[in-house]
Amino acid sequence: MDSFPILSLVTFLPLVGVLFILAARGTEEQVARNARWGALWTSLATFVISLLLWLNFDPTTSDFQFVEKVAWLPAFNISYHMGIDGISLFFVILSTFLTPICVLASWKAITVRVKEYMIAFLVLETFMIGTFVALDFLIFYIFFEAVLIPMFIIIGVWGGPRRVYSAFKFFLYTLAGSVLLLAALLALYFEAGTTDIPTLMAFSVPAELQTWLWLAFFASFAVKMPMWPVHTWLPDAHVEAPTAGSVILAGVLLKMGGYGFLRFSLPILPLASEQFVPLIYTLSVIAIIYTSLVALAQEDMKKLIAYSSVAHMGFVTIGIFTATQQGIDGAIFQMLSHGILSAALFLCVGVVYDREHSREIAHYGGLVERMPKFAFVFMVFMLGSIGLPGTSGFVGEFLILLGVFQDNTWVAFFAATGVILGAAYMLYLYRRVIFGKLEKEYLKKILDLEPREIAIFAPLVALVLWMGIWPDPFLSVFDASVSNLLANYQTALSSVDPLNLAGR
Amino acid sequence: MIELAVFLPLAGGLIAGIFGVRMGDRAAQLVTVIPMLIAAILSSYLLWHVGIQGNERTIELFTWIDSGTLELSWALRVDTLTAVMMFVVNVVSSMVHVYSVGYMSHDPHKPRFMAYLSLFTFFMLALVTADNFVQMFFGWEGVGLMSYLLIGFWSGRPSANAAAIKAFVVNRVGDFGFMLGIFGVFFAFGTLDFDTVFAAVPEVAGRTFSFLSMELDIVTTLCFLLFIGAMGKSAQIGLHTWLPDAMEGPTPVSALIHAATMVTAGVFMVVRLSPMFEFAPIALTFIVFIGGSTAFFAATIGLTQFDIKRVIAYSTCSQLGYMFFAVGVGAYPAAIFHLMTHAFFKALLFLGAGSVIHGMDDEQDMRKMGGLFSKMKVTASLMWIGSLALAGVPFFAGFWSKDVILESAFAAHTGMGLYAFWAGIAAALMTAFYSWRLLFLTFHGRTRADDHTFDHAHESPPVMILPLVVLALGAIFSGWLAADYFVGHHLDEFWRSSILMTHNIIEEAHHVPKWVKFLPIVVGAVGIVLAWVMYIAKPGWPAKFVAMVRPIHSFVFNKWFFDELYDRIFVRPSFVLGRGLWKSGDGAVIDGVGPDGIAAAAKDIAGRASRMQSGFVYHYAFAMLIGLVLLASWFLFGFFG
Repeated sequence: MDSFPILSLVTFLPLVGVLFILAARGTEEQVARNARWGALWTSLATFVISLLLWLNFDPTTSDFQFVEKVAWLPAFNISYHMGIDGISLFFVILSTFLTPICVLASWKAITVRVKEYMIAFLVLETFMIGTFVALDFLIFYIFFEAVLIPMFIIIGVWGGPRRVYSAFKFFLYTLAGSVLLLAALLALYFEAGTTDIPTLMAFSVPAELQTWLWLAFFASFAVKMPMWPVHTWLPDAHVEAPTAGSVILAGVLLKMGGYGFLRFSLPILPLASEQFVPLIYTLSVIAIIYTSLVALAQEDMKKLIAYSSVAHMGFVTIGIFTATQQGIDGAIFQMLSHGILSAALFLCVGVVYDREHSREIAHYGGLVERMPKFAFVFMVFMLGSIGLPGTSGFVGEFLILLGVFQDNTWVAFFAATGVILGAAYMLYLYRRVIFGKLEKEYLKKILDLEPREIAIFAPLVALVLWMGIWPDPFLSVFDASVSNLLANYQTALSSVDPLNLAGR
Repeated sequence: MIELAVFLPLAGGLIAGIFGVRMGDRAAQLVTVIPMLIAAILSSYLLWHVGIQGNERTIELFTWIDSGTLELSWALRVDTLTAVMMFVVNVVSSMVHVYSVGYMSHDPHKPRFMAYLSLFTFFMLALVTADNFVQMFFGWEGVGLMSYLLIGFWSGRPSANAAAIKAFVVNRVGDFGFMLGIFGVFFAFGTLDFDTVFAAVPEVAGRTFSFLSMELDIVTTLCFLLFIGAMGKSAQIGLHTWLPDAMEGPTPVSALIHAATMVTAGVFMVVRLSPMFEFAPIALTFIVFIGGSTAFFAATIGLTQFDIKRVIAYSTCSQLGYMFFAVGVGAYPAAIFHLMTHAFFKALLFLGAGSVIHGMDDEQDMRKMGGLFSKMKVTASLMWIGSLALAGVPFFAGFWSKDVILESAFAAHTGMGLYAFWAGIAAALMTAFYSWRLLFLTFHGRTRADDHTFDHAHESPPVMILPLVVLALGAIFSGWLAADYFVGHHLDEFWRSSILMTHNIIEEAHHVPKWVKFLPIVVGAVGIVLAWVMYIAKPGWPAKFVAMVRPIHSFVFNKWFFDELYDRIFVRPSFVLGRGLWKSGDGAVIDGVGPDGIAAAAKDIAGRASRMQSGFVYHYAFAMLIGLVLLASWFLFGFFG
């Protein structure tokens, strides 16, 4: 398996699908149908191949696996370098898993420019996977930024009425951070003479420089996450994006920030990371409480879920910077779980939006009478979002809070209030949409889930429960990588200031 | 066998839940009721096998969470304490299942209801068989979820939905403490397994750690945090507000969840953690205070309510207070003893009330009842039995357990113990009074129901009466049968290591002065006589009395204004704050200064810039000059110093 470039295959297979879709000829309807099926088959094939990665993954080592390395710009010491470890594996699978779901979710909802839409999604998939498998900073940067383009197009072309405002807000916000990331990348290159990530991880950056680089990384990743107060692009982008766009945005794109912190900030800049822990904690705690309260006041379903995402990502940033095994395990798990849950919740909104073309909470009420199946799946995801034990949401949140309690009880205390507020706004949402009397005339003929929608939701429900009841197959995969990351982190800290370590 | 007793309800619940609509009502009822009955029989056997014969054991199922030094497994731990709880849960649950077949016969969603009941039972079993803190939390949240779903079962009613959310969120406030407690346990002990933690408690006791910038005693702090969780689940004063509202659920739910099992989970938790709480005397004193206060305060409200279910709900709240102050003075076996007897007689009372409501066309207001004895003799007699047990009339179940609790509180010889003792005595008086007020208002005197309802009032079918009879047997005999084992001579060999009592307060309780033993019986009798005077002999008196103490009555009748207070200081401010942060925080400040502000500024500058291109040469020259000056000074002062 080692010699076979499986990572490149997974990364670029979607582009092959793009070629097929481009080659499709015929009437508009035929092209649309071919585009749908082509995208579905391509993304399914990619998903299956990405599962091979998991099957052949060796969880006992923290080394990068399935490594490919080809000199690309030898004069600048830059190479096409790919590989995955326990931290990145599941983000790859999350991307390949959600793409076919997005294609299916857009099956009927998208009726104009279907071909272009499907192409945008497949291209997006390639960029997403590329971000997670790249082992060269420059390659990473290219993929990381390229993701913006198809997403910008998806929101801007197939979005709602305020799509242009939202698309630009999204683009400019994230681009502003990216400029600083590029500057940091260059600075790092001039300092270390390479952009190779494994080499950079072993390189010790001078303490003074670390601070500046960290802030530049932070600017980019914090916007992606998004952390308070640079989160305001997210609700707007979600509201205007088509359902599948929201799914990818919440499911995968937000995770790139967290992945960035784990892959770059913590290993390459350990001293600065330690130095900025109070900042991260403060912003995350504010995010959790602030956005939870804001979510309580929302009248638009998508906005509510978008705000809840900010709160959940607040947990993730706390977990990452606890620099404890439980905290980081929890953060990764929370990202995966949130990737599934928020995606599923946006799909739930999509279900009723497709039928009623309204995201207003007040537009609905009493749906359980007509849509018991929908009520059930919505219930599962809502409970996952609340973090009920037995669902995936619990494991991540629990481990993060457990980890941070060992570091700072104040943060644990305030973050845990999110547990109360989270229950409040989700239950309140559910009650207004699903429960109550079905009194509105236009809802009396609304239809329950159709087979296509059940096919979308069934794997998501199964995953949420699996990850909640038996999370071990997931946790054990990133165990070695996380403990290696932590070991290096602690070594770096203690080599500078042994007392610092004792304080933690 | 243990596995069967735990997983049969799960299987029944899942089958009825998934295939319920397709298999039909009758099949869904059978597929849940039969496994429940088997589980009840098995756990009765287990009580004997584990409790009396001493065959306790722990069955490991599989790894749940493994992260660094944190290792958690799914496991079934069955010792005497668990066996008692399993017995109570499965027996009451199976009776409620049978009863529900009759009670819900007009409901269109029977399979769903039965599935919920069975799943609830499974979560409750998961809670009591837990071998570590997190599995206990799993069961804890699971029962909370099922409680939420069952309170809101009639989802068309806004009041039911509101009550369901309230129950969940108020419980989450308790869980907040519970979770912090769990994290603290891991922080201090490095593990979350009960046995390892318990073994290490004596070592850790007395040490301090930094919590919220305060240097606090570890074990005491953790016990306080964990107890907050117990307060939420067991509806103790301050976090009790959800329980009366929970009566929006169907009556079998009230009997099973909000009287017999789930609400006692808090008591169980503290007893299970007795090896920790025994080393936290300050926390125990606090528990005595909360328990005594709740017993008293809930009883006062029970005196004034007219909804038949709410009276019993406040009574439950009050009885839970008894259990807690028993725990607080270290009389853990007495608390569990009362938990068991209470489960029988309170479930009996609730189901009896359900039988009345069922026969009265869903009427719950006692002001519209009266004289029903002639219509439903069996239900009335059974409710009499339940009330006799509740009031602690000699030789009924409540007598044995309530007495030993009050005696223990007295025997503790602490200020707080005495406070709880007198609060408990006062509550006992009120308990007897409101129980007979309920009986008299419902079954005796002249009827106040309209003719139509009264004429159609009828006895319930056998499928509802039979479970009542079983529970009534428990309400009569369980105290007498179990006293010897639970709180008598066989106490040590019965509980063994499942409960830690550093000193045997139960033994001391047997040697309190005679008047302490008789006082509860006397006040009980006084309460009953008072109720008879007020509601049978002189029915005009209550109104006059209320008029005399109007301010006090309205304070009590309005439940001490807890709901209004919480609404003002928590609920409404949260919504106002949320809206404010959204509109002004996100909208005006962040977007206004951030993206929108920058965009506007960019536009503005662009506009000015385009105006600047005036075409006059001297304008350009002047601008160049300014630029030159700036550049020069920059270089001269070396980047501005």
